Amino acid sequence: MNATNLIQAILWGISIGAVFALIALGYTLVYGIIELINFAHGDVFMIGSFLALTLLVDFAYGTNARGRPVQAVFGPRLFLLIFAILLVVMLFCALLNVLIERLAYRPLRRAPRLAPLISAIGVSFILVNLGQLWKGSPPRDFPNLLPEVNVLPLLGLGDRLSFTTKDLFVIGVSIPLMLGLAAFIQRTKLGKAMRATAQDREAAALMGINTDLTISLTFLLGGALAGAAGLIYGLYTTQVWYLMGFRTGLIAFTAAVLGGIGNVRGAALGGFLIGLIASINDLGFAAIFPALQNTPGLSFLAGLNQQWTIVVIFGLLVLILVFRPSGLLGERVVDKA
Amino acid sequence: MSEARTGVGGEAAVARGSHVDPFTEEPVTRAEQRRKQAIFAGVLALVALYPLIHPAVDTALGGTQTMLPMMQITLFVILALGLNIVVGFAGLLDLGYVAFFAIGAYTVAFLTSPQSPLVQAGISAPFWVAMVLSLVVAALFGVLLGAPTLRLRGDYLAIVTLAFGEIVPRLFLNLEQWTKGSKGINPIAKPLLFGGYHIGDPVPGFTLTVAGQPVNSGQATWYWLILLVGLLTIFLISRLRDSRLGRAWMAMREDEVAASFMGINLVQTKLLAFGLGASFSGFSGSIFASILQTIDPSQFDFSVSIIVLSMVIVGGLGNIWGVIAGGFLMGFFNFFLAPNADDWLGGIAERTGLDFLAINLEDKKLLIFGLALVLMMVLRPEGLVPSARRKAELHPDTEDTAAAERQTLYGASDHHAGGD
Repeated sequence: MNATNLIQAILWGISIGAVFALIALGYTLVYGIIELINFAHGDVFMIGSFLALTLLVDFAYGTNARGRPVQAVFGPRLFLLIFAILLVVMLFCALLNVLIERLAYRPLRRAPRLAPLISAIGVSFILVNLGQLWKGSPPRDFPNLLPEVNVLPLLGLGDRLSFTTKDLFVIGVSIPLMLGLAAFIQRTKLGKAMRATAQDREAAALMGINTDLTISLTFLLGGALAGAAGLIYGLYTTQVWYLMGFRTGLIAFTAAVLGGIGNVRGAALGGFLIGLIASINDLGFAAIFPALQNTPGLSFLAGLNQQWTIVVIFGLLVLILVFRPSGLLGERVVDKA
Repeated sequence: MSEARTGVGGEAAVARGSHVDPFTEEPVTRAEQRRKQAIFAGVLALVALYPLIHPAVDTALGGTQTMLPMMQITLFVILALGLNIVVGFAGLLDLGYVAFFAIGAYTVAFLTSPQSPLVQAGISAPFWVAMVLSLVVAALFGVLLGAPTLRLRGDYLAIVTLAFGEIVPRLFLNLEQWTKGSKGINPIAKPLLFGGYHIGDPVPGFTLTVAGQPVNSGQATWYWLILLVGLLTIFLISRLRDSRLGRAWMAMREDEVAASFMGINLVQTKLLAFGLGASFSGFSGSIFASILQTIDPSQFDFSVSIIVLSMVIVGGLGNIWGVIAGGFLMGFFNFFLAPNADDWLGGIAERTGLDFLAINLEDKKLLIFGLALVLMMVLRPEGLVPSARRKAELHPDTEDTAAAERQTLYGASDHHAGGD
């Protein structure tokens, strides 16, 4: 076994897993409260990254003498700018998500269960097409603004592994957001209203909770996290695409299901686990377990690499849903019908 | 429970004479029925004779090709009819229907293309045999996917099928030594008729000129074959709907628990819906592959599943005639209007000076399909041509609220907790 490669894959997995976790939280919050797989959630994330792209290009770049765009903002001002754009994108995606709920899901609250799901698929297609019209069909380069300095040598851990300031940024933004969400749900009155509505909507309404407003609040929070994930993902991978909402969304949904859909802690855990699985698979099994190639019967595993990641993750999704639909931390999935 | 919902097969129909309107499934008088049959025969004749008049239409539209879109539309209507078994009759949302379409197409490609490793190894089959096998293989995969997953709740099943629909084209892309990856496989055999004539080839000795343009006899024979298969499909599916199995599907869709108490074997009934639905998709895939002569994984992406689903939903879930109407409507938009609209609209805009008319619809297709799904769900969930039973289910205004809340027409499996 090549331990260096394995640890490297784990380090990368933590960063990309944090992004998956942010998106997965949006799926799980909504599922927890109205039992809807919000199919359009991944596309809200995509729209968020597109908005971040537009704002960054507008505000962080100027033109040089030859009319070419060049980075114009540096240092602490750049971080302030990124922070401001983060807030704007979060707010925009939050409101977009609330609007989607209001127009496409709320009228169907009493409809048969699959009606809102079909409506959500419709919204997803609308957003995908809007994204395509906005930024075109080919993948777009995202401004590579974050410094990429390996921090491990600075900590005296040598330079055989890489964990850069970029990874630190991803984790430094997403972990506080997740902790903030957990605190909001556990400590505040509105969070209590969310938990009550998720448990029993009618009883919550009888206790004087405005359940419609609470559901809107849930979509607001989910949308904000998706927007944040959009900006972080763009800065981290430096490439965005109109179809990424579908794929990344489905991967994040897998994370939510793995953790136990409806369970907030489960979504975070699932996000990191799926991040690990994805990055190990992206790096390739052959790079981590070279011995596999010569092991009779297992050599096919050595062929697992990036082009199989989607198959592995979606296959995992099918297996979890079939064998353990309540996920790792489960419980909240109990059917209320 | 309303009369319309409990009356499987329609006691109400018997009371007013034994005729039932195929569009609304409501009872009609004999004279009305004759009139409707006449309209149906007229429409069918027009559709069937279309290849003979297509040059006139093509010319009138300024040289736009209409035969290929007609073939695609008709083929997709067959797909929609197959999906309707799964979604409309049995109430199981299948978001990965394209997987079976791809499996059918690749089955034919594997068995008939000189590029296929199977053919190179000496295992090959003529198109007709391959077509039957594509049906069998797709049904087999339907059962393989269905057996472990059909006990899942409605929305979980939807996601599992979606994941399957993503995995299958990816497998075809990745298994390059078999499928040539993104380059695809070609050519694919055409159906052989008597006298060495292959469907799709120009008919020897056939020359007919309409409006100064020759009739494309190769496309005409393809079109007639698809139409024939389509009519057979309509016949088979309407017999299925009225059979014991069809009634079991609908009973299960309404209330799984009640249906199983009435002695319906839920697993078997669901598997049959899944397998039969998949088989229609499979043989449509075989025809699709043979028409295009080349297939590659990019032809089988998620949007195909959604186009077919929106055909079913726009037309009217569960109603055969509604699905045909919805299929033609959405198919007309997808294969004909959207690709050509910018030419025509651009021309109109140029002549009239109304620049805002110059809209390109091709790059807004998904937007329009998405809007159609949302609007149908919010405004008219029973579809444009609803079945009477569906309508009663979806507009339970007359019933008490408690009963309305228990409405679970798709999510019949709601009664089973997903967690265990």
